[in-house]
Amino acid sequence: MSVDDAIRFLPELILILAATLIMVCDPLTSTHRKSTLAVLAFVALLAALAATAYSSTDPGKAFFGMIVVDGFATFFRAIVIVVGLLTVLSSNRFLEREGANSGEFYALLLFSISGQSMMAASNELIILFIGLEISSIASYVMAGFLRDDSRANESALKYFLLGSFASAFLLYGIALVYGVTGATNLSDIGSRMQPDSLLGGVAAALMFVGFGFKISGAPFQMWAPDVYQGAPTPVTAFLSAGPKAAAFAVFVRVFTVAFGNIGDRWEPLIWISALLSMTIGNFAALGQTNVKRMLAYSSIAHAGYVLVAITARSESGVAAVMFYLGAYALMNVGAFTVVGHISRKGERYLRVEDLSGLGVRQPLTAAMFSIFLLSFIGVPLTAGFFGKFYIFKAALQSDLIWLTVLGLLNSAVAAYYYLRVLVVMYMQEPGEAVNEVEPLSPALRLSLICSAAGTLILGIFPSGALHFAVKSAVLK
Amino acid sequence: MMTGVPLSWYLILSVVLFSLGVAGFLFRRNIITIFMSIELMLNAVNLSFVSFSYELKSVNGHLYTLFVMVVAAAEAAVGLAIILTVFKNRGTLNVDELNSLKN
Repeated sequence: MSVDDAIRFLPELILILAATLIMVCDPLTSTHRKSTLAVLAFVALLAALAATAYSSTDPGKAFFGMIVVDGFATFFRAIVIVVGLLTVLSSNRFLEREGANSGEFYALLLFSISGQSMMAASNELIILFIGLEISSIASYVMAGFLRDDSRANESALKYFLLGSFASAFLLYGIALVYGVTGATNLSDIGSRMQPDSLLGGVAAALMFVGFGFKISGAPFQMWAPDVYQGAPTPVTAFLSAGPKAAAFAVFVRVFTVAFGNIGDRWEPLIWISALLSMTIGNFAALGQTNVKRMLAYSSIAHAGYVLVAITARSESGVAAVMFYLGAYALMNVGAFTVVGHISRKGERYLRVEDLSGLGVRQPLTAAMFSIFLLSFIGVPLTAGFFGKFYIFKAALQSDLIWLTVLGLLNSAVAAYYYLRVLVVMYMQEPGEAVNEVEPLSPALRLSLICSAAGTLILGIFPSGALHFAVKSAVLK
Repeated sequence: MMTGVPLSWYLILSVVLFSLGVAGFLFRRNIITIFMSIELMLNAVNLSFVSFSYELKSVNGHLYTLFVMVVAAAEAAVGLAIILTVFKNRGTLNVDELNSLKN
């Protein structure tokens, strides 16, 4: 291992070492001082973010081409680490409330993020698989972290069973790719894959099944509502942003670099999946009364929008995927954090009506929740607007007229259920849930303000992030 | 290939095993059996890796198999722990009875 290799792998090294350190310190820390471990996790994530920035100054490959540090990897590493920072801020108070604050949680979180970060930088199928599994296995445990809560148990079990089912499909795809091309490095596969290869097409389809589950794209979305509803809310926020962004990163990298030659074979698959995800997600969300479940269906729909950009098969499509996932991670973590704050001990208040009168009782919380919801809809001046704009622009440039039209119609449908929450928050009298809600803790406030500010900054000054995305969208 | 057994036979066996695993996952109701079906799928993939590796005279496939076995073991540890907590709280191992999460 040369120094260059180590620097290009530094973010993962920091995260894994810190997670191990937290596990060692956990039994030595008394029960009411577990927040110290949260601080440790926070510092480690900041260090990993700095390492990500530092390693991006000298892009290139490491470990015989298994890891690649380019703009694309740096962008997604930054997304998953920022999601981790926001999750640490919002989960500390939540876990104290549920009487489950312990070092394990932060260790698992760091392990999961190290896996995602590895996925973002992977340039070889085995690293991709190992990263995905590190990320998944840690998040299965996090979904069931409240051991005595039977909803969390059920959520963890479903996540585990369907997650490993998906991994098996992904792995079968990997085996076939290896058999067809004799290579496992993404760049080698790309140069050896024959455009008319039937088995190559089958491999792409199998890998798509695996990724489809991880990104909760239709028709592999059925686990998402149950898992997101049952998992502890900060974990839901994390699951719907971090692992999803990382899975999209490898999805885009594999399908652009390794399967670029056989694009005509897989494009129809993703076209259908994009349309199904948007439609199923948005129409199912219309009828939901549970906020977490509604946001879960909305996250399926958002996966559909991102798939539209992947269907475009162009550099501007890849740039749109990057920008949208950055924006989506911020607004989604923010929205779930608000829900976790309102739900209170045992997560009792999760219905849409429970938010009634939030605008009167806690104007700041309600204002930030409104920013996230407006950004979900795609209202101008929020990140969601430019996200959708670039996606549909990329789709039009690739002549996907029908997909664009249907996607825009879908966004209009989606506005209904987001606006309903806004109406309940501002137009109705405060109910039992909101009257007794405690003030925002400083950490929670910081987490919400950061995500809201990020959502607005990306919406008002998108050019910086977009410029970076366009520059990094050239994958090879 | 080895003593004249062609590659395609191994691949067909692998497809059959994988399909059996998928069928078991979809149609069995006991969580432990479902979990075993997933292990069967992983081992079907391992068979493909090993036979491709032999055919291509490259060692990568063998290494992949080792990694897959390690990952499967880690998954089993976490999975069985999750199944155990579910059984402790619900007293059942039938997936059809795990349906408390809905609108």
